[in-house]
Amino acid sequence: MKALGSRCAFLIGFLVGTCTLYVFLRQVWFERTFSTRSRLDGLEKTAAQLRELEEDSKNWKKERSALFNLNHPHHKGEDSHMADELYKKVRILCWVMTGPNNLQKKARHVKNTWSRHCNVVVFMSSVDDPDFPTVGLGTKEGRDQLYWKTIRAFHYALENHGDEADWFLKADDDTYVVVDNLRWVLANHTPEEPIYFGRRFKPYTKQGYMSGGAGYVLSKEALKRFVEGFKTKVCTHTTHVEDLAMGQCMEKVGVVAGDARDTVLRETFHPFVPEQHLTSKFPKSFWYWSYCYYPISEGPNCCSDLSVSFHYVDASLMYLLEYYTYHLRAFGYRYRYRPPAPLGYKNEVWDRSEGGHSYSEEQPAIQRGPLARVESPSRTDRKQEVMPPAAAEEKDLPAAAHDDKQ
Amino acid sequence: MLSEGSSFMKGIALGGTFCLLLSLLGSFTPGMQSSPEDHHNHHHIKAPTKDELQSLSDTQMVELSQRVRVYCVIMVQPSVLVYWFTAKDTWGKHCDHAVFYSSESAKVLEAVDLNEQDEWAKLRKALKHAYDNAGDLRWFFMARSTTFAIIENLKYLVLAKDPNEPFYIGHAMKSGELEYVEYQSGIVLSYEALKRLVNVFKDEEKCPERGRALWKLSEEKQLAICLKYTGVFAENGEDTRGKGLFNSKSVGSLIQDSMDKKTLDVVEGCCSDLAITFSGMSPNQMQVMMFGVYRLRPYGHNFHDSLIFLPPEGSDND
Repeated sequence: MKALGSRCAFLIGFLVGTCTLYVFLRQVWFERTFSTRSRLDGLEKTAAQLRELEEDSKNWKKERSALFNLNHPHHKGEDSHMADELYKKVRILCWVMTGPNNLQKKARHVKNTWSRHCNVVVFMSSVDDPDFPTVGLGTKEGRDQLYWKTIRAFHYALENHGDEADWFLKADDDTYVVVDNLRWVLANHTPEEPIYFGRRFKPYTKQGYMSGGAGYVLSKEALKRFVEGFKTKVCTHTTHVEDLAMGQCMEKVGVVAGDARDTVLRETFHPFVPEQHLTSKFPKSFWYWSYCYYPISEGPNCCSDLSVSFHYVDASLMYLLEYYTYHLRAFGYRYRYRPPAPLGYKNEVWDRSEGGHSYSEEQPAIQRGPLARVESPSRTDRKQEVMPPAAAEEKDLPAAAHDDKQ
Repeated sequence: MLSEGSSFMKGIALGGTFCLLLSLLGSFTPGMQSSPEDHHNHHHIKAPTKDELQSLSDTQMVELSQRVRVYCVIMVQPSVLVYWFTAKDTWGKHCDHAVFYSSESAKVLEAVDLNEQDEWAKLRKALKHAYDNAGDLRWFFMARSTTFAIIENLKYLVLAKDPNEPFYIGHAMKSGELEYVEYQSGIVLSYEALKRLVNVFKDEEKCPERGRALWKLSEEKQLAICLKYTGVFAENGEDTRGKGLFNSKSVGSLIQDSMDKKTLDVVEGCCSDLAITFSGMSPNQMQVMMFGVYRLRPYGHNFHDSLIFLPPEGSDND
């Protein structure tokens, strides 16, 4: 009995010992890895910040509150000779309307995404910030300051960067711009033409004006005339409705409101997000119907394959659009719309002498779908489709109704 | 009493030492989460590199392009008709043959009525029907209508693979010892794999029709078990850099995840350039993805892929 008792006691003691030590070890181990992990997290964060600064310095040269592009993005394995040629010949200065409260919320994502494709980027704010960097325009913030900011921003751009760009784009910090497609639109024009492009609206002006949110771009000549117009008081600060005021000034100084649509007459600059243009049925009473200069198309025909801009784009949509535009694709897909090369540029022929690979004259293997046929290039060139005119409504809408800026 | 007490103490001491020894020897990490490295023990299928494709002759390329044609098995629920309509109007058009399979018939819905509510039974019937109606198609892609697929990228993944070999590809997951392909992100089967599967369907022992009575396994796991019996194992579909091509989340939430992780390049940290599937997107978001994949692009950047896929007839959103 005694032996059994002590054996049982020993067994129970053994079990108790194992369990206690297990729990103890678990705590210790857990705590140790947890603390090393949290220490690592802290280190990782500062390492990440350093890497970000390093990346930034590789991609941009920060000078005089502007970011000069050193390394506009390329993909491994892509042939971007056409994009590179346009990058050199159609130099674009992008200035982004932002404010001190939006640098981390909005402007930062513009900096991380589409602005990397501009030749020069300047972030315009009311306050100087040498780190971001932003230019302080000496205004206050708010909707009523929009045209003041615009006037000063354009003056700043011409004064400080007039020789470093041919075209000057204005965008908001919630506008997404496909700068390569903007170059395609502009390549058929010269910076000496007094012209500007954007999403054309028709009310209140003879030749129309360009939507502010969708972004608009002035030729160098147009910019010179804008600045001259303020010097001679032909143009003044008439209203805070920036896009309308800009349009009225442009008209006064003889700058033409250009047609930015593609060769099959689809719009390129868009005042809303892609989902709205592609899938929404805007109610007929919506101001949009009466504002658009050209006939509106709903559904897939709303938007060119070479779309230039979208508006009301939040942070995650910025990255999503960058992914859709520059990254995600269907392998080997032959696009329906084959845009013509701009005048004076070589047609897109792969230079077989480059890269050391020899390719036969024949086309690569084509897989036809069940009923697919090859589209002949001539049909996509210069198609002039006649669109039915949109219903013109006689609504007296307040001028500022459509702008939803901060 | 004293001897029992001392025995007890000896027991505790020995138990503690035993536990310590075990942990030191057996690299036992109490209660730690398994690292993601554990998942790399399974099989991978990587997409062919540009060099690999360029080394093929023109006639070989033509042969491959003929061979890599896909039969899509798309499962729909009549309760959510809008997904049937969207799949038909968007990615379904890029399949060489897309067939919809429904649990029950409904007006307007053009689908094969499987007359079945049980998920596993539906899967079996649909795959059997696909096998019987394959014609000369040799690759099978099965997904729910709430998934969005870029079929061209699927063709690229399996381009150099022989469909007369068994392949069972997708997002490979591990549950205990079983490796299976996640249903939510789409399942790819070669003709040989499907042939073996249809054969083992007849074996009630290995592959029972009504599932195991005691515990209900999900249909994706049952599929893996049946295939395993025929010697077909799950493989993870990846791009040339090892990034997964099959996603069970929407592109929006993957971008958000990348933003939350504070990766340096949010887009690089998100998803592959040649991703094949995304899931959980709304019909409108699927239309936007059609635009993003098949239309929106930056002018002046070209890839000169070795194979060309033509757009489907009579369509305006691609």
